[in-house]
Amino acid sequence: MIKLQPRREPSALMVYLSPVLAGLLTLITGAILFTALGYNPLTALHTFLIAPLQDSQGVSEWLVKASPILLCAIGLAVAYRANIWNIGAEGQLLMGALVGSAVALQFPDSESKAVLVLVLICGILAGMFWAGIAAYLKTQFNTNEILTTIMLNYIALNLLQYAVHGPLKDPEGYSFPESAAFSAGATLPTLMEDGRVHIGFGLALIAVLLVWFLVSKSFLGFQMKVMGMEAKAAKFAGYPEKRLTWLVLMISGGLAGLAGVCEVTGPIGQLIPNVSPGYGYAAIIVAFLGRLHPIGILAASLLMALIYMGGELAQIKLSTPAALTSLFQGMLLFYLLACDVLIRYRFIKTKPTTLSQGAN
Amino acid sequence: MRTFRVKQWLAALLTGASLTLASLGAQAEDPFKVGFIYVGPVGDNGWSYQHDLGRKAVEKNLGDKVKTTYIESVPEGADAERAITNLVKDGNKLIFTTSFGYMNPTAKVAKKYPDVTFMHATGYKQEKNLGTYIAKSFEGRYVAGFLAAKMTKSNTIGYIASFPIPEVIRDINAVQLALNRYNPKAKLKIVWVNTWFDPGKEADAANTLMDQGADVILQHTDSPAAMQAAERRGGVYGVGQDSDMSRFGEKAHLVSVVQNWEDYYTGVVKSVMDGTWKSGDFWGGMAEGVVTSNNFNPALSEELKAEATKIIDEIKGGYNPFTGPIKDQKGEVKVPEGSSMSIADLAKMDWYVEGVEGDIPK
Repeated sequence: MIKLQPRREPSALMVYLSPVLAGLLTLITGAILFTALGYNPLTALHTFLIAPLQDSQGVSEWLVKASPILLCAIGLAVAYRANIWNIGAEGQLLMGALVGSAVALQFPDSESKAVLVLVLICGILAGMFWAGIAAYLKTQFNTNEILTTIMLNYIALNLLQYAVHGPLKDPEGYSFPESAAFSAGATLPTLMEDGRVHIGFGLALIAVLLVWFLVSKSFLGFQMKVMGMEAKAAKFAGYPEKRLTWLVLMISGGLAGLAGVCEVTGPIGQLIPNVSPGYGYAAIIVAFLGRLHPIGILAASLLMALIYMGGELAQIKLSTPAALTSLFQGMLLFYLLACDVLIRYRFIKTKPTTLSQGAN
Repeated sequence: MRTFRVKQWLAALLTGASLTLASLGAQAEDPFKVGFIYVGPVGDNGWSYQHDLGRKAVEKNLGDKVKTTYIESVPEGADAERAITNLVKDGNKLIFTTSFGYMNPTAKVAKKYPDVTFMHATGYKQEKNLGTYIAKSFEGRYVAGFLAAKMTKSNTIGYIASFPIPEVIRDINAVQLALNRYNPKAKLKIVWVNTWFDPGKEADAANTLMDQGADVILQHTDSPAAMQAAERRGGVYGVGQDSDMSRFGEKAHLVSVVQNWEDYYTGVVKSVMDGTWKSGDFWGGMAEGVVTSNNFNPALSEELKAEATKIIDEIKGGYNPFTGPIKDQKGEVKVPEGSSMSIADLAKMDWYVEGVEGDIPK
């Protein structure tokens, strides 16, 4: 029989090399896959990973795509480090988008960027409120936050659908489910003349720095880590468990809300039914891909965004099916988890214990 | 050694130059590139599948002169603008964006690239280089409504509706008009599922309607799930949407309201190639061959098929099902006898005709 046995001490080097190894294995399997499907593997990998970034517009689009994933993932990492399993970034993002839009639409002709500041703050608060419901249920009734946050995702989606088909619908829009376009005052400024990359990406970078400081340099971060590793130890040390639970959920909810409000005030420019193609869920993958470390998550979200864009470009240049993008992403995650398992555990052959051995 | 290097360098330079020249020369004969953006996978058996048949027909009809490219499953959010821009940057001179949610992204990209032609399905924003087009599916729906009126025994017709936009309201009204004219006893029961494509939800809606006694199910959603549910139940008819759904319900399939883009797309590509294309709002129905609803269930009686075919021929000949007298739910005459609704009025229809029960969801 083959069993997995924990290694006494996982190699420190391999822990850091594991994502690289997973990346390499994905590349190799990808190349084999492309060859099997009849594409030139080098051309295909080039199209997937290099071609999307060949001009400034491509880079701009790359950062646009990475921003919401990065914002959500960085917040999730804070919660996951404290052993709080917030699966609700998607719902928190949608609430940020919904409430931000509702506020933005109150100022249809505004030019003032003060409106934007108000809209962004409302978006963040909405995300925090949505995560706060799960925090309240968790701290008051010890409800499992995995379940509550997932359920809140569906409620948020349906609230958004209701709003965009009802009260926030553009009265001049032939009753199509879309809001009116936001005013100039409620639109995020772009960072480039010829691209869509907006200050939301700058805000995401600031969030990366702040979270890095929080988790690596502050006592609060240490408390969260202890709570995540051994809740009993945290209790014994007198760390405020409930307050920490609230705090991590507020941070991750607020950042997801910011991601949502940046989408509607940035690249979209209005409220629509499909604000997010699942950024809140992709962020879960990205948070783990990045080892729950802010810098790792930055790299992972950029990689994830690149694979999305590469998949699209491969459809154009090579006529590959869209499913290939999902396959590529799935492969990467699979290899990462496999590498992790093998770094922490090893295979051992166990001899079946028999009676005669026992008698020996 | 040194001279050898220079020679090598020169050779490389010359090869490069000649290749550049060759490629410049070849450009004159490069095929005309046409791009397509689909909201679903090309294998959805409905909406995107029909548009992709149109793309394939363009390739078949125009051969080497064109090259088509498509991107499938493009979300109707921030990603759409990038996907459309990428098609422009890839050299496509004509781009079809085939879902309503692409309207604003298409308009933004069209503004940026005035020398590229854009065609957006089901929208209402036109520019000099951005045209719109839509199928008059209500014509097919009217024929389906006629067959439903004649075939129902329970006098209860189920309708699975997606979103309360004018296109869907219009088609519900077309069915109700057919019921009013051919079987006033029949009642329409509507279920709103708030999705275009969700087989689980569509099947649930179909089952609910059948539980309430509906023996004909019409759908304005894209999956064949309702047809399959009707086939399983037995004794219930289903009406297919977008594509010919007879293969999903041998007994249940009454007729399908099919959208055919083959000839239209070929015509648009030709007109852009020869420079005669002009922006506008195209409504394609039975006369244009865009909508068909003549794949009747073979078990229907010959008289019924003949009667349905007669209605189809009348519509092809210019008959508009929205011809007065038409009253609204309150009994007020909206379209007087002898006149019929214009495209402009149909485009923003937001009221039910007499006979539909309930309110349009807000």
